[in-house]
Amino acid sequence: MAVRRLSPDQPAKFAFTPENAAWAKAIIAKYPPGKQASAVIPLLWRAQEQHQGWLPEPALRLVADMLGLAYIRVYEIATFYTMFQLAPVGLKAHVWVCGTTPCMLRGAEALVEVCRRRIHHDPHHVSEDGDFSWEEVECLGCCANAPLVQIGKDTYEDLTPELLEKVLDGYAKGKPPKPGSQTGRQASCPEGGPTTLRDYVK
Amino acid sequence: MALSDKDRIFKNLYGFQDWRLAGAKARGAWDNTKALIDKGHDWMIAEVKNSGLRGRGGAGFPTGLKWSFMPKSDPRPNYLVINADESEPGSCKDREIMRHDPHLLIEGALLASFAMRAHASYIYVRGEFVRERERLEAAVAEAYAARLIGKGNIHGWDFDLLIHHGAGAYICGEETALLESLEGKKGMPRLKPPFPANVGLFGAPTTVNNVESIAVVPDILRRGATWFAGIGKPNNTGTKLFQISGHVEKPCVVEEEMGVPLRELLDRHAGGVRGGWNNLLAVIPGGSSMPLLPADICQTLTLDFDTLTKLKSGMGTAAVIVMDKSTDIIAAIRRIAYFYKHESCGQCTPCREGTGWMWRVLQRMERGEAEKREIDLLWDVSTRVEGHTICALGDAAAWPIQGLIRHFRGEIEARIDRRQTEQREAAE
Repeated sequence: MAVRRLSPDQPAKFAFTPENAAWAKAIIAKYPPGKQASAVIPLLWRAQEQHQGWLPEPALRLVADMLGLAYIRVYEIATFYTMFQLAPVGLKAHVWVCGTTPCMLRGAEALVEVCRRRIHHDPHHVSEDGDFSWEEVECLGCCANAPLVQIGKDTYEDLTPELLEKVLDGYAKGKPPKPGSQTGRQASCPEGGPTTLRDYVK
Repeated sequence: MALSDKDRIFKNLYGFQDWRLAGAKARGAWDNTKALIDKGHDWMIAEVKNSGLRGRGGAGFPTGLKWSFMPKSDPRPNYLVINADESEPGSCKDREIMRHDPHLLIEGALLASFAMRAHASYIYVRGEFVRERERLEAAVAEAYAARLIGKGNIHGWDFDLLIHHGAGAYICGEETALLESLEGKKGMPRLKPPFPANVGLFGAPTTVNNVESIAVVPDILRRGATWFAGIGKPNNTGTKLFQISGHVEKPCVVEEEMGVPLRELLDRHAGGVRGGWNNLLAVIPGGSSMPLLPADICQTLTLDFDTLTKLKSGMGTAAVIVMDKSTDIIAAIRRIAYFYKHESCGQCTPCREGTGWMWRVLQRMERGEAEKREIDLLWDVSTRVEGHTICALGDAAAWPIQGLIRHFRGEIEARIDRRQTEQREAAE
């Protein structure tokens, strides 16, 4: 378990944009009648995306009201699932560094050092310029492309400390590099080309 | 004998080809699916049973048998839920299916749902797989547009497929925690019985299957149970996606036959162990929850459920984590112990308290700051977590530590000795 609490600094209000409100209505309708609670994770996720990457407390109450849930039910969802950020994160990038054993074996600890030096000594703290923050996360499920980081929706795989610096440089300039393997290999294909189904390589 | 290309199911594993409907059809998906449906529910379940397919999510339960538990006439709807919450350290296969061959999964979902008389299915994708989910949603939209699925589709079996996602909780890969999460709650596993086939999603009969188990179904039905059963070994049949990570020259995901020798798998597809076979220290054969096996056992090891169970390890998800002699084996297992501490849902006391306790002891053992008697104590505590929790996360936390003590007790003792010698010398 991880101890997770809401940030003491909260905005007074939160409201979905009209587009997101319409989207939420369609999501709720996907589930059987009376089962609208199922939409809680997608709705919270959208609220987090809308609110600069973190989930403010008024959004929890809004989502609870939309789904007819007690506030505590949504608070416990927000604190249980670790992808919900409960305090502000970097405006340009919040970096998840995968630190679990398959990544650790291939050098994830050196990636954490890059983040410590470049962003902030401690995880979940925003850098001085407000642009970056980082945390070590548990297995991201890309172990054949270890080590890696995920920023927002995208993964940057097969990293070295130097390659991670380049990725972060890209985000700092507002020009993120192409996601996927940073050494140029195709997905989880063995380096140098596939050992199977060579006829299927275009 | 290596698996030949004609027997491979995942022809676009690396995404060299088009993932869209047209590309999938060119590779053989959605080819006269109606003919398979016309053969009936019971034929389909029997065929999957006869193929010997065992669940690809880790536990290896026979898939056809699991399907047969679903009620045939119940006033409640039947559901198929597909577990795409791929989070076991080492595992990265379902991701490749979802982003590169999503139509195999969608066609499999239709067929499996038909077999179990379900008209709706949910795919629960882990939250971090945003791009994979987007790809899957696009492929589902294609299938609806082509009337392959949906109400009044060309196959004559009304079928809705919905994509749902989580938000970062390994425990949601446990089937009842997944159902809780899908119902909008914290992912805390349910007590069984009742089993999901009786009371599952929204209180209705439900079967939860892994992505790979479902994605191989169309090929099994099309090519026949005997084809699938003829690959691999008895009771361990078919093809399998192996995920090779850690200290190999070329980490990769690859489809091979069940029961492939470990050395052959690594040498043929992953460029071998870094620094040569003799540089191997240990492997974790099936994802982080499976006990490690030291190099001397690996020489002749074959990768299948029965062989690995006999060796007190397990096939798991076939995620092979390779560790060479540069590895600090205690640190590697300590990091796994931290993973389980972090991912324990906190519901059962032995797991909530035990995972943290075991991690803290391993941290000290890594530095040699322990007493030798604590090794037996650690073992003892692990057995009090294992088997004493609602779900298998307690077992999964205990097994890697037991594997460490079983095979590397000498290493732990040597480190304690070294530390104590250092302290004595410093004191003198």
